[in-house]
Amino acid sequence: MIRLEGLRKRYGDFTAVDGLDLEVGSGVIFGLLGPNGAGKTTTLRMIAGILEPDAGTVELGGHDIVQHPKAARALLGFVPDRPFVYEKLTGAELLQFTAGLYGLDGPEIEARIDELLDLWDLAPWRDQLIESYSHGMRQKIIISSALIHRPKVLVVDEPMVGLDPRSARLLKDLLRSYADAGGTAMVSTHTLELAETLCDRLAVIDRGRIVAQGTLDDLRRTAAIDAAGLEEVFLRITRGATDAEIDRALEA
Amino acid sequence: MGPVLREIGVLLRPKWLAVRRRRGQRGRIGRLLILAAVGGAAWPFIYLALVRLLTILRAVEEIGPLLAARLLGLGLLLFLGILLLSNLIASLSSFFLARDLPAIRSSPVDWLSVYAARLLETTVSSSWMVVLVLIPVVAAYARVYGGGAGFLAVVLAAIIPFLLIPAAIGSALTLLLVRVFPARRSRDILAVTGMAAAALLVLVLRTLRPERLVNPETYRNLVDFLAVLRGPASPWLPSGWGADAMMGVLIGGFDPFHLVLLWSTAAAAFVAGAALHARLYPACFTKAQEGNENRMRHHVAWRSLERILAPLGAQRRELILKDVRMFFRDTTQWSQLIILAVLVVVYVYNMRVLPLATGTGISRYLVTLVVFLNLALTGFVLAAIAARFVFPMPSLEGRTLWLLLSAPVDARTLLGAKFRVGIVPLTAMALALTIATGWILGVPAGLFALNLLAIVGLGAAFTAQALAWGVLYPQFESENAAQIPTSLGGMLFMLGALATLGLVMFAQIWSLREFLLSGLPGRLPRAALPGELSLAAALTVVICSAGSLMPFQLAVRRLSATGRWSAES
Repeated sequence: MIRLEGLRKRYGDFTAVDGLDLEVGSGVIFGLLGPNGAGKTTTLRMIAGILEPDAGTVELGGHDIVQHPKAARALLGFVPDRPFVYEKLTGAELLQFTAGLYGLDGPEIEARIDELLDLWDLAPWRDQLIESYSHGMRQKIIISSALIHRPKVLVVDEPMVGLDPRSARLLKDLLRSYADAGGTAMVSTHTLELAETLCDRLAVIDRGRIVAQGTLDDLRRTAAIDAAGLEEVFLRITRGATDAEIDRALEA
Repeated sequence: MGPVLREIGVLLRPKWLAVRRRRGQRGRIGRLLILAAVGGAAWPFIYLALVRLLTILRAVEEIGPLLAARLLGLGLLLFLGILLLSNLIASLSSFFLARDLPAIRSSPVDWLSVYAARLLETTVSSSWMVVLVLIPVVAAYARVYGGGAGFLAVVLAAIIPFLLIPAAIGSALTLLLVRVFPARRSRDILAVTGMAAAALLVLVLRTLRPERLVNPETYRNLVDFLAVLRGPASPWLPSGWGADAMMGVLIGGFDPFHLVLLWSTAAAAFVAGAALHARLYPACFTKAQEGNENRMRHHVAWRSLERILAPLGAQRRELILKDVRMFFRDTTQWSQLIILAVLVVVYVYNMRVLPLATGTGISRYLVTLVVFLNLALTGFVLAAIAARFVFPMPSLEGRTLWLLLSAPVDARTLLGAKFRVGIVPLTAMALALTIATGWILGVPAGLFALNLLAIVGLGAAFTAQALAWGVLYPQFESENAAQIPTSLGGMLFMLGALATLGLVMFAQIWSLREFLLSGLPGRLPRAALPGELSLAAALTVVICSAGSLMPFQLAVRRLSATGRWSAES
């Protein structure tokens, strides 16, 4: 469902994404991991059609996002890393607006809006302006707006930020059910516990390049450590700070 | 005191650095150029008008200098009111809504340093414009009454506390206001109050009919008016003390007591404000974090609008509804309609009081010229409104652009929706202005129809051009819609719009040249011929169509390259 080929993006002299090749099929939750500034958000924004690649292609369901943007985006639901939405719309109005962007209308959509608001405990807030929502509530309404049109591809950048434990659990269950029903989800996260328990496949990206990918076992083999958790594997692959360095930084 | 001063320096440093770094940014140059152009036009006007008026007043025996002092007191009283209102609004941002406040509140900085730094910031941000207007006023008084270095020193000594007093009082009043209402609701209340006050001021100034100043016969009435005016003689207000201190140096009898009064009042206001701040600020800051009671009812007006827009399809309907909802729920946006409505009323009133409307013997030739002048002025008003309300539309998507760019909406649909949102009110207002002024001026039917056609065409062209420049020069980082038109893109839009207006005017005057010349003395006056009117109409349609379609296409092409466009967000 998602195919990236030779994807490249530069900001001035800085190369954010440097020749990414990736293929994610249906029914898969794919985790994108990497240190800050590795190029994860830029990659996801190119997949969502928000940024245009300097080179390479992005295909969603066989549609090139640059050549056939409408067909590709019709399949997509996107949750950005920062929950900026229209502050002067109510939660219900935002969902109605998003449905409208996908050309959806009528009683079915009204029922879908009620369903999503109930699911995320937002029903009491449906007619409140979003400016009065907390960070977590904004995240929930954005996830709802990404799901309103039942997308075939879900691209989620840092899904757990601001969510309470109950909502975080709900999102995990929801993503699992979504993939089991044939959906494709690409999730970028720093929460390694989430990636370890939720994702079917993983890629570690560093300085714009994929440095390891596959299942957790594949990543262990790449890192040349057996039976370690994802945190150990990730730190080994991305050359994270050593214990001695951390101790030095924390010295009074 | 040393640590407090050091902390104040630390707190103000980020603001200073932000100001310095903004200097090189795109949009800043445009803003400075606009400021320079407005200042360049306003300063000589204020200075020359005041010099003329003060020279006349000086010639009035005995009470002349007193009248000049009263006029200065009146001006300072007006400034005091403006300063109080702008400080009320500015201190809401600096004391309660600024994004850096949580970090500052959680740091071990003395409360007095925070109060002093924020008060200074509020004073500067709400006073700089008043200071700019004061410069030609002070220069005019110095010129007419021969004020030198001593006068300037007294002016400086008077102005600093004059600015500090409303800042301290304004921030204290804001503190009390936030105690009752959440900060965002208080901001809404102040925005509407501010706009209503500004609108009232415009109306009052206009109904005083300042144009009578050009008629020497009315000077006597003005002197009488000022002489009986009791208001500004205010021994209890800082404006009165400031006026007395300044005029004392100019006409003799300077009493330092007025400066002492100003400085001691400023000090007292600062101390009282600080005491109030120490006592109430923590509770008020907490209260300020509460949201408004923002439950929206599904109002009948929205339901009606939804039904009206239904034939456009879900996508277009929702894009339009979203923009309209956002506009009418943002008090800082819709409240500007109040002052706009007043300006329209003043414009129509101006037409009514023109001598030709009262039949004081202006020839038909001049009447026809006024008809064209009216078109030019209405066009200018339209361009200014498009700059304020339509040009910022693409920029206002800013942080929420991800939602539109990741959805299957093409650039033409998106811009088409914004075009509809812009053109409907713009054309309605343009038609209202043209019909009202045409009726007052008694414009002949042919010319009237031509005017209507031109103004509708210009409305479409200005809307398309404002959107195009808005897409070409987006200001995604700006959160204040009113500030967006002062960027380079806004200035380029105004230049393009005025060029389109000039082209339409030229085409119409050229088509009707024989008719216009027939009105000159010694010629046989005649009405405009259908052929002449048709040619003018055809050229108007061609220019306005090209002026609408070309920029719209350009904007669609630019927006379609989403990657390049959104990379600036």
